[in-house]
Amino acid sequence: MSAAPYLPDNTIEAPGTRAPLVLGDNDFASVTEKVCGIVERPKPPRWWYAAFAVSSALTAVLLALMGYLFMVGIGVWGVMIPVGWGFAIVNFVFWVGIGHAGTLISAILFLFRQKWRTGINRFAEAMTIFAVMCAGLFPAIHTGRPWFDYWLFPYPNQMYLWPNFRSPLLWDVFAVSTYFTVSLLFWYTGMVPDLATLRDRAKTRARKIVYGILSLGWRGSGRHWHRYERTYLMLAALATPLVLSVHSVVSFDFAVAQLPGWHSTIFPPYFVAGAIFSGFAMVITLIVPVRSYFGLHDLITARHLDNMAKITLATGLMVAYSYGIEFFMAWYSGNQYERFALVNRALGPYAWAFWIMMTCNVAAPQAFWFRKVRQTPWMLVTVALLVNVGMWFERFVIVVSSLSRDYLPSSWGYYKPTWVDLGTLAGSFGLFFFLFLLFLRFGPMIAMAEVKSVMPAAGLEHGPHHGHGQYWGEIPHQHDVQRGDARP
Amino acid sequence: MSTGGGAPRWGYLAEFDSVDALLAACEKVRDAGFVKFDAFAPFPIHGLDEAMGIRTSRLPAVVLGGGVTGAGAALLLQWWTNAVDYPYRISGKPFFGLPVAIPITFELTILLAAVGGFVGLMIANRLPQLYHPVFESARFRARATTDRFYVAVRADDPRFDPDGTRSFLEAAGARSVERLEEE
Repeated sequence: MSAAPYLPDNTIEAPGTRAPLVLGDNDFASVTEKVCGIVERPKPPRWWYAAFAVSSALTAVLLALMGYLFMVGIGVWGVMIPVGWGFAIVNFVFWVGIGHAGTLISAILFLFRQKWRTGINRFAEAMTIFAVMCAGLFPAIHTGRPWFDYWLFPYPNQMYLWPNFRSPLLWDVFAVSTYFTVSLLFWYTGMVPDLATLRDRAKTRARKIVYGILSLGWRGSGRHWHRYERTYLMLAALATPLVLSVHSVVSFDFAVAQLPGWHSTIFPPYFVAGAIFSGFAMVITLIVPVRSYFGLHDLITARHLDNMAKITLATGLMVAYSYGIEFFMAWYSGNQYERFALVNRALGPYAWAFWIMMTCNVAAPQAFWFRKVRQTPWMLVTVALLVNVGMWFERFVIVVSSLSRDYLPSSWGYYKPTWVDLGTLAGSFGLFFFLFLLFLRFGPMIAMAEVKSVMPAAGLEHGPHHGHGQYWGEIPHQHDVQRGDARP
Repeated sequence: MSTGGGAPRWGYLAEFDSVDALLAACEKVRDAGFVKFDAFAPFPIHGLDEAMGIRTSRLPAVVLGGGVTGAGAALLLQWWTNAVDYPYRISGKPFFGLPVAIPITFELTILLAAVGGFVGLMIANRLPQLYHPVFESARFRARATTDRFYVAVRADDPRFDPDGTRSFLEAAGARSVERLEEE
């Protein structure tokens, strides 16, 4: 672990000047060297092997428990009547939520011209892809009969049946698969120029072939960049409503049902805010150690961390507001079942989970009001970890506390997860980190081309600009020095 | 194909060491009336398309087409399967209703628009294309995706002249001008 080098403080707001996003003595070549150097070292650092061993072992646990589930059935889980949705759905909602920060950083911040996104977007998008893969696993296995999953897709079949398009559960299939596909396209499109850099620097034959194929023969042509920029902008514009829609659709799984505690119109925005909140917490959790272990302090600067903490705080406040509104609406509706559901949440048998959620999601992020906390890496990670825990418990509270006590007291019950449930949850983290560590080892984890385009030498200050390189208006002729040299 | 004495088979590749030098050179090449030329940069450059005289691409139309197709297909699919081919009542809901069809219509609109954008980009850029004459240059392979900028002028451009174009590129600020011989 390399010690944090001394770098100027770029978190101070000075009106009229743009805070530098790349610190230290960097030029284009050194950015390439730093990012590619990580992938090109002959061997990964020792901690990587340790982390990879643990995550591979957990992935193996996940696969074994899935096999057990498929052979024996969902009786190996804690699900029962009335709680038919247990850990599988909690984990699904949790992982989909984690993914949201990646798309927010890559698409929404792109549309808002937040140049600081360039340092962290690749990393966060990778997190999105892997989180959505973990998420997609759970609906696929939660019936215990994954060999029937293809029934979800509308295809002409010998049973003369079509899926029920009026069910939010089917909307989920379309929402999550679209989200995964579009995120993957966006991630890959953004990565092609950087894969070309890796290809050009590759020393071994295997790397030349693999990066050569993955980079599609990208050569940085100006005509290609022009279309690339247009497409990237359009993909961002498409991914922006998409990211807001995915967790909205997930929330419909609950909100469209009649169950007290689920049947609420605030669910879509509340879920989206929660998703971004948890996603940013996960980005902070991952990026702070990676930045420190690989010495990327001048590319992922204090300002990047500070901004992420601020977004976490803002979305955390939205989540806290939603919690408040849920209670207000339960009281204001005058509906006794709604009132009971919410009182039961806070004071009933699952009160312990509720108060973990409140502590981690409402109280903990308030620490981000303090500059000191936003800029001290270990404090940032501590708060972010608490938020990760809290957001998992939020989904647990929503799913389990509502189902365990509905209208009919004679059918109430208390859900307890089994060791298989816990092992599967741990295994999904294993799969996530397994994929993530492979990406850190073999992929360009910082968008080099984009970082270079926000460096002063790239001519960013030439005037108003759109997208990475989209330029509208007069080109200020600042080339005179070069011309002067070249004149015969 | 020009077969004259010093003409390269494919064209010239000129190297520049800064964004400003590249932009200035592109403007000169554009203003001199060359059409079969290209610039190369490791990252997108503000104003390069204008300096090169590139017209707006038609990709937005492709994306729009994808989106409209997705929306239409989704509505048709939901209406035909649930209201025509296999109608059944569930929870007293109508067989087909616009509000209930919105989520899937929205998702397929985005999906086909995004796929259309990506496929359109690949087709318009003629990618994947693993080989290109500029890769013959060792200097290009070493630095084009890192920190150097290039302008390539093709020999089959009507204004191309073996000696004149080389000195023109040198005068435009090139650090070096290379001949590219392979097609």
